[in-house]
Amino acid sequence: MAEELPGTNVAAEAAGRDAFPAAGQPLLRIEGVAKTFGTFRAVDGVSLDIKAGEFFALLGPSGCGKTTLLRMLAGFEAPDEGRILLGGKDIAQALPHERPINMMFQNYALFPHLSVRDNIAFGLKRAGMPRAEIATRVAEMVALVKLEGLEKRKPDQLSGGQRQRVALARALARRPQLLLLDEPLAALDKKLRESTQGELMELQRRLGMTFIVVTHDQEEAMTMASRIGVMKAGKLAQVASPRELYEAPRSRWIAEFVGDINLFDGESKLRDGHRLVIGTRDAGALVVAEPREPVGAGRLAVAIRPEKVKLSRRGPVSEAGREAAINRLDGVIADICYLGGTTTYKVKLDTGGTVQASVVNSARIDVDVYSLNQHVVAWFTPDDCVVLPS
Amino acid sequence: MRKVSRLSRFNIAALALGLAFLYLPILILVIYSFNASRLVTVWGGWSLRWYHEFFNDRAMIEAAWMSLRVAVSSATIATLLGTLAAVALSRGERFRGRTLFSGMLYAPLVMPEVITGLSLLLLFVALNAERGFWTVTIAHTTLTMCFVAVVVQSRLGSLDRSLEEAAMDLGCNPVRAFVAVTLPLIAPAIVAGWMLAFTLSLDDLVIASFTTGPGSATLPIRIYSEVRLGVKPEINAICTLVIALIAVVIVIASLASKLSSSQGESAAPL
Repeated sequence: MAEELPGTNVAAEAAGRDAFPAAGQPLLRIEGVAKTFGTFRAVDGVSLDIKAGEFFALLGPSGCGKTTLLRMLAGFEAPDEGRILLGGKDIAQALPHERPINMMFQNYALFPHLSVRDNIAFGLKRAGMPRAEIATRVAEMVALVKLEGLEKRKPDQLSGGQRQRVALARALARRPQLLLLDEPLAALDKKLRESTQGELMELQRRLGMTFIVVTHDQEEAMTMASRIGVMKAGKLAQVASPRELYEAPRSRWIAEFVGDINLFDGESKLRDGHRLVIGTRDAGALVVAEPREPVGAGRLAVAIRPEKVKLSRRGPVSEAGREAAINRLDGVIADICYLGGTTTYKVKLDTGGTVQASVVNSARIDVDVYSLNQHVVAWFTPDDCVVLPS
Repeated sequence: MRKVSRLSRFNIAALALGLAFLYLPILILVIYSFNASRLVTVWGGWSLRWYHEFFNDRAMIEAAWMSLRVAVSSATIATLLGTLAAVALSRGERFRGRTLFSGMLYAPLVMPEVITGLSLLLLFVALNAERGFWTVTIAHTTLTMCFVAVVVQSRLGSLDRSLEEAAMDLGCNPVRAFVAVTLPLIAPAIVAGWMLAFTLSLDDLVIASFTTGPGSATLPIRIYSEVRLGVKPEINAICTLVIALIAVVIVIASLASKLSSSQGESAAPL
């Protein structure tokens, strides 16, 4: 076996273990990377730092360039502009087999003519690892992804979940500095997806490896990743922790893309201490907390998440103009969507707009349910609102 | 339900008629190859006489040997060239005129054999090549490599590209990725392509008669010239042997391509 092995792989793997960047330095630095296909700019000047040991998610709708960015990290596409630094070394033009990076493919790309064991051992053989060591490493990987007893099976004799595990074990076997996962759970059904999410997180923590996952599923990104980069039309729209992304979206588009949200367009009317009053078309005047970054005058949007909108029959006492001011909107229930854990009510406001309120069904026999056409008050505090440039 | 079963009875009848139309003449030929009588159309009882006669006919045996050699060598060269062409067309970078090139590759499939034969004859005459084994082999390669390319390309087309990418990701350079992953997966198609090329070469009369020289007749040429002098029952025996050989090869080829496509399903489960 030894004579057919390119030396670079052994070197790359050795380098993968020794050349970890100093603390504080990012493991991966993407600098102004762009890729154009014909006239379509798939990735348009993306810059991003990934720290070692991070679980990073690239989230975006299909066609936003997240997969192209991932393929440039793996080496299947070469960027037209920019640099990709791994541990300080520019790898933008390196071929896939010259990078200490491995990828788990969306459709797993298991070799159909090889058994589970040979699939996992494939990369190790190429790296020139001695036979005995390969056997040990494969056994270790099989145990890691809990595939004991299936080593001799061919991929077409496995279930979808088992195939996903083989693909993961194969990508992890070479102990890459960076593991790329392209929609790793998209092919699994919901229940399996949820348990696998947990397993992936646990694995990443235990191995201390750096994961970059590409997904269009925001729940998946929120659950697993410590940081999320949202992509839109080839650009990074926001890079933030899941919580920040959800509670403090930077733009109207992100607010609408991540989770459900009520949006009211309007204009800033007056400032009162730390409160702004915004006159909206559909919900009248709304009192909001002053945003940390000052928003310009002109058109604004007030955003409020459905679970932060409370419903009651009469509504709280509100003293307009005071610090404790509460926004209260009168309306009637127009639609009820029972989801088990929560119920989403659509309230048609007397001022013309609609607002969605998500209410937790905290008791089995709920006395506090509302019925269609019932008059209710939807209310929320100024601090629960986000002001976005429109 | 009644309607369905009536329809299927009609289908069975149509199938039987169609098969009879195709295979009855061949069946008669096979039966008459065991005829003891010297007259082709008169049944004189079962006998292996004409097989015996064939194996003692030096000229016939030589022609058969020539045909086999041509078929094996042209099929082998055609498989090599056809596979390379298929790989270039489906795996190479998108280059200008790629559609034209792939169209040109397929054109010989529908080209009348007379034209292929004649143009090759003109080429060999212009090159002043001595006509014989090699000219026929080259001519058959020209014809059959297109068929190989079609078979291999369709297999390559159904193969998931990410398999090769996964191999590269796991440390293979592009050539090694092809050898380690793609080649084993398209091997059945390559085998099927070889078999197809082999049978096409063995069958061919027109192109061979244009491109062969004196003293190196292939079996079809030999048979054809014998038949012009009157059909001997020995010809039936030879034809039966050829049919048997081709049938075996075709069965192997279709088994190989069946194997190939069932692997393809598992290769791309999504």
